[in-house]
Amino acid sequence: MAAISVRGLTYIYPSSSEPNLKDVSLEVEKGEFLLVCGPTGGGKSTLCRCILGLIPHFYGGDMLGEVRVLDMDTREYPPSKLAPRVGMIFQNPEDQLVAMSIEEEVAFGPENLGLPREEIRRRVDEAIRFVGIEELRDRSPYELSSGQQQKVAIASILSMHPEILILDEPTSQIDPKSAIDIISLVHRLNRENSMTVVMTEHRLENAAQYADRIVIISDGRVVHNGRPSEVLQLESLTEHGVPVPKIVQLSNRLRGMGVRLDHLPLTVEDAADILGRMLK
Amino acid sequence: MKPLISAKGISFSYPNGVISLTDITLDLYPGESVAIMGENGAGKTTLVKHFIGLLRPGKGVIEIEGVNARTMTAAEIARKVGYVFQNPLYQLFSESVEKEVRLGLTPLNLPRDEVERRASKILEDLDLSRYRERHPLMLSEGERKRVALASVLIIEPKALILDEPTLGQDAVEKRKLAELLGKLHREGHTVILVTHDVEFAFEVCDRILIMSKGRIIADGPRREIVTLRRVLDEASLTQPQIPRLAALLKRAEFPGDTIAVDDAEQILISLFAEARSR
Repeated sequence: MAAISVRGLTYIYPSSSEPNLKDVSLEVEKGEFLLVCGPTGGGKSTLCRCILGLIPHFYGGDMLGEVRVLDMDTREYPPSKLAPRVGMIFQNPEDQLVAMSIEEEVAFGPENLGLPREEIRRRVDEAIRFVGIEELRDRSPYELSSGQQQKVAIASILSMHPEILILDEPTSQIDPKSAIDIISLVHRLNRENSMTVVMTEHRLENAAQYADRIVIISDGRVVHNGRPSEVLQLESLTEHGVPVPKIVQLSNRLRGMGVRLDHLPLTVEDAADILGRMLK
Repeated sequence: MKPLISAKGISFSYPNGVISLTDITLDLYPGESVAIMGENGAGKTTLVKHFIGLLRPGKGVIEIEGVNARTMTAAEIARKVGYVFQNPLYQLFSESVEKEVRLGLTPLNLPRDEVERRASKILEDLDLSRYRERHPLMLSEGERKRVALASVLIIEPKALILDEPTLGQDAVEKRKLAELLGKLHREGHTVILVTHDVEFAFEVCDRILIMSKGRIIADGPRREIVTLRRVLDEASLTQPQIPRLAALLKRAEFPGDTIAVDDAEQILISLFAEARSR
């Protein structure tokens, strides 16, 4: 069964004269890792808001078509009903941190679910261990670097045991090393916990290798939808504002010059492996 | 050549006691393009805020064209060094793009037609002419960044500092930004980027400065810095992809300081041709 099913979705913000999403149809399978790319203003964040039910409940505007999340029609279920099962990570972690200590932050979600004390404690320990921030437990979220804050934000979502995780450019404010940590963390959640992941990203260097599928949304429409190695070889990508990683650009050019690579490498290590073997 | 901006042994701590800069000495020369890189909290933004007099060093001296910045007014510094904030909302005040862009010229008391000339040129250069009447808050993030940049460029400062200019920008916007910075650089501007976007910095800037924990840990031409994997690591940065590929392939013909995709393509094509002819 699909975890998320979007059918004929057209949406227009209250203040806008043109729809931000135009007839978008999309399915995300349970346990799938979907990467959503495209130009700024193309509709990526709007799609995330639709999946969370923030559209139409919070933003208003006109919505046509249907969004079903874990078999719940978002028109009928408000975000508060979806939130325990669909977690959201924002670009700027400071936007979602509320508590005075990491432990309180991570306990905030389960407390609001009214879980018993012992269960809350168990979930907090588990989430803190999973993202690897044990040593920060008693610190204030505001003393941390943005990379650490983003891990706290993820832990505070994980403690609610959601089935779907939505991340809207989770690494854009973060230095490259911490960005790799965050993406690997999301990958582990997807692999080890079978969490369904929908992530928007401008930087594909790290994320492309882990995604099952890439969807390109440009000018409110789905213009491409396929496996990363298929989508990233398309020539029209740069027009759609998709930052094709340098290693993929190079591989595409080599193929264009007649070099027969057996597949399109998505990482430097894979490219070095293929090219190294061919040059031997 | 005389440096445009000099930092001489500057140290700085924030009022809460957090030490942000320790003994920084550096010279930035007219016409250079420099990227200041490092982990979140390394002190990059704190350092450049000293270049525009927004922060004063606890120890040491900042000089702008040989003059101690402490003796200069904010307006005097602004004419020489322009600063574009990471978040454009910190510097947008007016109700239209055109007013916003002209705002910086108010203290200069320029003749009317000169103001008009500069405003039109800047709006044209930054692809903003069609938004003249629009409220800056009605624009996209990328467009707002360009308005903030225009409102600084119109003062025609000698040096331009951009704080995380590629953040939240898609590939098309980044390419346009790279072209614009290239043009400003060719026109003789000193361009200083604060960024952790390694691919962009090494593509656009000639000189790279790496900071970590309030200190400069490396400073040199990009082809030299790009090979320093351990130094980049220490500053939570990653090596750009092409030099990383070169390092893994270990071929004399494909040196570790290759940065551009074009260069890597040519090198590999000739390696393949050679392999075939053997």
